[in-house]
Amino acid sequence: MTVPTGPAVRVRGLAVSLDGAEILRGVDVEVAAGEWVIVIGPNGAGKSTLLRAIVGLVPSAGDVRLFGRDARRMRRRERARLVATVPQQPVVPPGMTVFDYTLLGRTPHLRPLGRESAADLAVATRVLQRLDLTEFADRELSTLSGGERQRVLLARALAQEAPLLLLDEPTTALDVGHQQEVLELVDELRRAGGLSVLATMHDLSLAGGYADRMVLLAAGRVVAAGPAASVLTEELLATHYRARVRVVPGDHGPLVVPIRPASAGPAGPAGDARM
Amino acid sequence: MTHPSPARLRWRWLVSGVAAVLLAAMAGLWLGPVRLPPGAVVLEVLDLVPGLDVDSGLDDRQAAIVTRIRLPRVVLGLLVGALLALAGGCYQGAFRNPLADPYLLGVAAGAGLGATAVLSVYRAATGTAAVPAAVPPAAFAGGLGAVTLTYLVGAAGGRDRSPATLILAGVAVSAFLAAAQTYLLQRHVDTIREVYSWLLGRLAGADWGDVRLLLPYAVVTTVVVLAMRRELDVLSVGDDEAAGLGLHPQRSRYLLVGAASLGTAAAVSVAGLIGFVGIIVPHLVRLVAGSSYRVILPLSMLYGGAFLALADLAARVVDTPREVPIGVVTAFLGAPFFVLVLRTARRVPV
Repeated sequence: MTVPTGPAVRVRGLAVSLDGAEILRGVDVEVAAGEWVIVIGPNGAGKSTLLRAIVGLVPSAGDVRLFGRDARRMRRRERARLVATVPQQPVVPPGMTVFDYTLLGRTPHLRPLGRESAADLAVATRVLQRLDLTEFADRELSTLSGGERQRVLLARALAQEAPLLLLDEPTTALDVGHQQEVLELVDELRRAGGLSVLATMHDLSLAGGYADRMVLLAAGRVVAAGPAASVLTEELLATHYRARVRVVPGDHGPLVVPIRPASAGPAGPAGDARM
Repeated sequence: MTHPSPARLRWRWLVSGVAAVLLAAMAGLWLGPVRLPPGAVVLEVLDLVPGLDVDSGLDDRQAAIVTRIRLPRVVLGLLVGALLALAGGCYQGAFRNPLADPYLLGVAAGAGLGATAVLSVYRAATGTAAVPAAVPPAAFAGGLGAVTLTYLVGAAGGRDRSPATLILAGVAVSAFLAAAQTYLLQRHVDTIREVYSWLLGRLAGADWGDVRLLLPYAVVTTVVVLAMRRELDVLSVGDDEAAGLGLHPQRSRYLLVGAASLGTAAAVSVAGLIGFVGIIVPHLVRLVAGSSYRVILPLSMLYGGAFLALADLAARVVDTPREVPIGVVTAFLGAPFFVLVLRTARRVPV
């Protein structure tokens, strides 16, 4: 395989229509090598579709380049060696063990109809160790908790040994502790292994704390892009999320705090007593 | 700490599968209306091996019963059972549905129509009682034709080419062909009995010609499906994720299901419609030996073959000298056995 060069992702003028409805239009996104870019936006803005278009799961128009190469002219296996995806709602195959699931990540490296070599088993073993999952190796995936399962999904993606990681809402199903755990892990891996990461997220404060840059997507268009402080502003969030928030500075990025609209009645016993 | 290991065929499962096949084959050769000494039967079979020359002590008539009547029947039973179980496991993986059976895409309806057409037309034209030699080829052509039709209808679904589209196409094609078959039967009521005895499956009267007929298809199906068994495991994460891992899910599915359908149509053409084996055997294997198709498929072949050979044995000994249709036996033996395994297996069914 040729050594990847150039930005991990370079999307220009991306447009996606599904069943005649325009989902994305004129979208430009770039992820430099080693960078972590997080895409935010209200429900239905097209965040997941953007990720799906980048890996060719939905037909799209415009220019998509991965490490300088035209993504549409790559073969599937080639692309799978460059990009690993952690889907938002993964299929959990009944009865499959954590180790076998992780090994599926080696698929693009096997010859067609081939089977895993000792080297492939070693990669899976190493990834499980790295993610602290060795003790779960023989457990069935379906018996794990949400946080453990998310780590296993990451393990499969890492076993792919692709230089670009796409995460579709990696923390949505997790409690705050596990959210931090997973994101810290991704950050650590990215710093250690030169991974580039493109993620979609809903939790704005969390996103702001980890992203090198953010992209705000609304109604299929990029409406803001840049450092977290320039995207997470009260005005932008009010306009595109129709949310009343206060943005306060934090240690690693702005913190977004939802504020109850002033027009709502006071909460508490006094309010209830009048009902 | 021990290193984790991937799902693979464990020796004990493989050995017990081979043992089951050998036991079923022995019982099939030994038992029957004519009693033969088991030791002599073994020697007689060994004598067939090129280069081996042993004297079994059986006279010519007894030897002919073993080598020309019972042995081809046992071998055909093993082959048909192995093929149906393999095809069933393959369909279940390709469609990610444990209820998929080898007849899902219309093989049964197509083969039924083919056989009915030949029997009714032949009967009307000649008035003789003999089963024409054209029934197996007609059934084979009908079965494969039906699957081809299902593929074409499924592909007409345009952009939405999910597994469900293909299954629904199979349902539509099956219904259409079954209607055509019923129409033919109504026009030729005198053939109903014969058509039904064919539909219920039979290995009686099997000879080496049937085995020769089936063998090439069995080889092709087995080689293609077993070569792609890892892809079935990858398909278990769904089409999107499989594509993200570098696979062409729809292409793999068409190839797998096409190969399985070929073997099913060939099996049906020589043995009729034998239900149950294709669903229950892979499921039992899954319950006891794990969910990887790399394990399920080879083991299903062994246990499917053994199961059908034993069912055939039961079909010919419970009601001698008459024979019970083997499709009745497979369901009658298989269902209680399935319940038993469900109650004792450590794994939760899918």
